[in-house]
Amino acid sequence: MIELNGVRKAFHHGMTNEFWALHGIDLRIEAKRVTALCGPSGSGKTTLLTIVGCIARPTQGRVRFKERDISGLPERFLTGIRRKSFGFVFQKFNLIRGMSALDNVMLPAYPTGEPRRTLHGRAERILEQLKLAHRRHAHVEWLSGGEQQRVAIGRALINDPEVVIADEPTANLDSALSLEFMGILESLVGEGRTVLLSSHDPLVVDSALVHRVVNMRDGRIL
Amino acid sequence: MNLWIEKQRYLIDFTLASLARRKWKNLGLLLVYALLVFVLASVTLFSHALRQEAARLLQDSPELILQRMVAGRHDLVPPGYMDRIGQIRGVQKKEGRLWGYYFDPVVKANYTFMVSPVAGLARGSIEIGSAMARVRGLAAGNVISFRSYTGDLFSFKVVGVLPRNSELVSADLVLLAEDDFRAFFSIPPGHYTDIALSVANPQEVRTVAAKLASALPDSRPILREEVLRTYAAILDWREGIVLALLFGAILAFGILAWEKASGLSAEERTEIGILKAIGWETGDVVGMKLWEGLLLSLTAFLLGFVAAYVHVFRFSASLFESVLKGWSVLYPRFELTPHIDGLQVATLFFFTVFPYAAAVLVPIWRAAITDPDAVMR
Repeated sequence: MIELNGVRKAFHHGMTNEFWALHGIDLRIEAKRVTALCGPSGSGKTTLLTIVGCIARPTQGRVRFKERDISGLPERFLTGIRRKSFGFVFQKFNLIRGMSALDNVMLPAYPTGEPRRTLHGRAERILEQLKLAHRRHAHVEWLSGGEQQRVAIGRALINDPEVVIADEPTANLDSALSLEFMGILESLVGEGRTVLLSSHDPLVVDSALVHRVVNMRDGRIL
Repeated sequence: MNLWIEKQRYLIDFTLASLARRKWKNLGLLLVYALLVFVLASVTLFSHALRQEAARLLQDSPELILQRMVAGRHDLVPPGYMDRIGQIRGVQKKEGRLWGYYFDPVVKANYTFMVSPVAGLARGSIEIGSAMARVRGLAAGNVISFRSYTGDLFSFKVVGVLPRNSELVSADLVLLAEDDFRAFFSIPPGHYTDIALSVANPQEVRTVAAKLASALPDSRPILREEVLRTYAAILDWREGIVLALLFGAILAFGILAWEKASGLSAEERTEIGILKAIGWETGDVVGMKLWEGLLLSLTAFLLGFVAAYVHVFRFSASLFESVLKGWSVLYPRFELTPHIDGLQVATLFFFTVFPYAAAVLVPIWRAAITDPDAVMR
């Protein structure tokens, strides 16, 4: 489904403080499977996630999504693919403070101009599935860590993406909440979604739900 | 089309929520902005209404006034001039007018004494302007005395106070009988202050004026349109002074707007990064921020303009009247007829809303094109 060939990524490219975060990554991510990128901090996991999810472009190499080369597409097209095909769950959740859980969930669909009633109904259903319907009108800053993560997952699912990308999803959660996340992960796989996540939490990488673990270090796959 | 409208509605919803999240900062900006519009709108609305008022009142004034000049100064018109004017073709009606100024040391104000042929006043009686009635505490039936320039004391009975709707030009007016006027100012019979003329064909006013200047070389014809132009010039000049003084305020606001827009807080930058990461395009972010600017500036414009309208037409522009009206002691009190000029509103709108939108566009664009992957790190 997603294929990376010789992907390299540099920050501050061509400047004195140039830094290479990825060195020639070759990787094939299968559809409807859970793939975990595992490695210590600074190994390049998050950078790789941003490239796969069309948030950033590789400095060198190619990324193919559903047999289509997307590494050289202009920003506008990349944004379109990102919006339709990828849902992101960020490590720090990155919810918009001062807005309700429901509004946060609907946010990625605003630029589509989808009719309000349809969008509203879908967001309500997602929150219900995530057992958060009773908190839908609460401002996100009033929610617990676990609830905030569920809102972030709901936001990732609002455009019904084929791929869900989660960056260190259990890093800010205790064991009970991490297990809860694994339950949600199971349902995502059950729905036929492809999941790509980064983690060095044994609870995640040792889980039977994860089909494949990709170990990384210093910007390389081991 | 429906998708586009729905999308704009979502962007407006998000913008309103975003403004509410930083309500004190935005409220402060809104107040300063509305205040600026209020001041500018007050000045322009008031000047425009004054011009309209003056034009309305001068509509009934004579088309042509003839004054006699001696050594470049205005002097009395001697007997015989009226007959000579009568021989000029095109003059329909001529009327010798008597008027003059009188300084009242009691209230340190100047009055305009004038003979009114239509008032039909009896000797010893006067009608006065309402500002003068206010300042001297006079009402119909009261008696007032003035010492003439020859030192003699003259007493008059006030028989009426002029209506307030003409106060713009009648604030300091004293109407009296011709005999009283001549006695008070020692003007011999047959002499007049000036001559008011009406011309049969309005297209020929300039031709008649030229004929008068040629037949009576020591005279100066004054056209009604010239009087109107002088009024307009005085008001333009005063308006210009006020606007020049306000230029500093406008500049300060421009700096504030620029600072506000370019100094996007870390929270706002993070928000933009999040929006882009979850699928908003640069154009969506710019659109959202443009709505923010537009909503803010439109609200400020409406608030400022409505406040200025009330200030000018309900409270007679009490904050600026001393500068714009220009009377020293006898301030006329009158409620201006509400009059709004579309072009004037459009100009004001352009000069207040457009600069703000332009000032915030570049910083917003710079913030909107930042890489969304910043929020991942």
